[in-house]
Amino acid sequence: MVRILVCVKQAIDVSQLKVDSATRRLIIADAPKKISDFDKNALEEAIRIKEKLGGEVLTVTTGPEDAKTTLREALAMGADKAYLINDSIFENSDTLATSYVLAEAIKKIGAFDIILCGEASIDSFSAQIGPRLAERLGIPLITYARKLSLEGDTVTAERGLEDCSETVRAKMPVLVTVTKEINEPRTPSYMAIMKAFKKEIVIWKAADLNIPSEKVGEAGSAVQVLDVLAPKVERKKIVIKGETAMEIAEKLAKTLIQEGIIVR
Amino acid sequence: MSEHRGVWAYSENKDLMLELLGKGSRLAGKLQTQLTAVMLGHDIKKQVKELIGYGAHKVIVVDNPQLKVFHVEPYLSALTQLTKQHKPELFLMGSTKRGKELAARLAARLNAGCVSDCLELKVDEQGRLLAERIVYGGNAIVTQVFRTKPQIVTIPRRRFEKLKYTEESKGEVVDISDVQLEVAKTEIVKVKPIEIAETRIEEAEVVIGGGRGLEKKEDFKILDELAQILGGQVGYTRPLVEDRKWFTEWVGLSGHTIKPKLYIACGISGVIQHVAGIRDSKIIAAINRDPEAPIMEMADYIVIGDLYEIVPALSEALRKLLASS
Repeated sequence: MVRILVCVKQAIDVSQLKVDSATRRLIIADAPKKISDFDKNALEEAIRIKEKLGGEVLTVTTGPEDAKTTLREALAMGADKAYLINDSIFENSDTLATSYVLAEAIKKIGAFDIILCGEASIDSFSAQIGPRLAERLGIPLITYARKLSLEGDTVTAERGLEDCSETVRAKMPVLVTVTKEINEPRTPSYMAIMKAFKKEIVIWKAADLNIPSEKVGEAGSAVQVLDVLAPKVERKKIVIKGETAMEIAEKLAKTLIQEGIIVR
Repeated sequence: MSEHRGVWAYSENKDLMLELLGKGSRLAGKLQTQLTAVMLGHDIKKQVKELIGYGAHKVIVVDNPQLKVFHVEPYLSALTQLTKQHKPELFLMGSTKRGKELAARLAARLNAGCVSDCLELKVDEQGRLLAERIVYGGNAIVTQVFRTKPQIVTIPRRRFEKLKYTEESKGEVVDISDVQLEVAKTEIVKVKPIEIAETRIEEAEVVIGGGRGLEKKEDFKILDELAQILGGQVGYTRPLVEDRKWFTEWVGLSGHTIKPKLYIACGISGVIQHVAGIRDSKIIAAINRDPEAPIMEMADYIVIGDLYEIVPALSEALRKLLASS
């Protein structure tokens, strides 16, 4: 019997994000949201462990009220119970403040054998929440796991690093962040989706966790966002035309040589 | 907060460490403070001189047998003690996977902020550090400022240039090798090195990118030929790796970020994640049948046509022109 907690984030679906080209501002309000991709891998891995060894999979997120949709998706995949930590004072929290909220929630939810997170979120991709949580909870951490196995009280994982793949072991309780190579997340069946509506989503406010306002939101954050802008695109956009492929190719070749970027 | 002084640099990756010193020395100049290199490891004292030659005013050395192999906890505990004691205002760390974990955990222990994968770092007229990074899958660049110190940032490989080595540079060396280090909480049972390509794509001055417009893996020989003529390398888009399994590495936000002098995108539609990986190329040329492909918005030179005709013709034209020049 293994008790597993999966931390998920309701992220902006970056593939459907639109940009106002005049102002270079993103149109965030219209962008659809979804479970961050790697968090789905974390959920899938947790559910597979439960299917094999028995136990319980809980999931937690902090975010706006509509993050419930994300939690329903997690429940449909197979999580047993979900927690939404929601309060308007959490808005504009950085990773320092967000990891504090999650850590306080996890302490209240109870003890776990394994906590799983995605390696990073698809929208902000800072890869800090997992490591910060492990520190706050004082448990071992394995990052970038692409294979995971359990035996007795030990977790073994294979990590893909830049220069090597490393197999590491740690005693539970442990926090593991997973990459997308670890598995192929399931698509919940209609039955599973219907069943998810009967599962419980617990909602806690800051007061339920005794979280003071100065430790969250802008006041509790060490990093503040000054501006978010689409990158400037300053390209010449010259179309090279010609009657034949050879004619076009010659023009392009000459142009590139004139640019002085071809060295030989 | 005002008691924090100095710019620090640390990476377990030696090349990246020198690049951090390059950026760090410019920032230290602007902030009118000193640049300190942190060295962790075992039997490393010989390397001190090199760090000074590449710009460090001061080197803090922790030379300890417990640091012989990289394990996070002993490294982390050394860095935590050093930063608590010496209070740098800015700590540049390498954005390797090991480095990112180290930086985030150091920030957690110091109750500090951390900005991951910084692409640009500036000091504004108020003396504030502005950190820029890519967010939303390449759709945007966010500019962030710190409200507290130390300010921890991580920086990827090949983002900034190292300085020219100066043999005569002098610097202070502080040896703090007798610190108490934590024991690792994880045990490494096996390490399998990855074969790293001899020439890395980030170092190529010309990159020929191939995308889904190429129908078969064998067709890449026309791109290889063009790359050879230009002394460049061929890069691939993610679908060729993830979906078609033709190759193992891709160019893009989640793969290799490159800034060659010339990037020629062949049969690449130009999804934002790919574009984020090539954005800093000096000149971009695009060859694509689809005039509506997003890559056209990103290109300096655009050819609307069949890459199977254009690419071999371009190779031929270049070969002739380069032979006659």
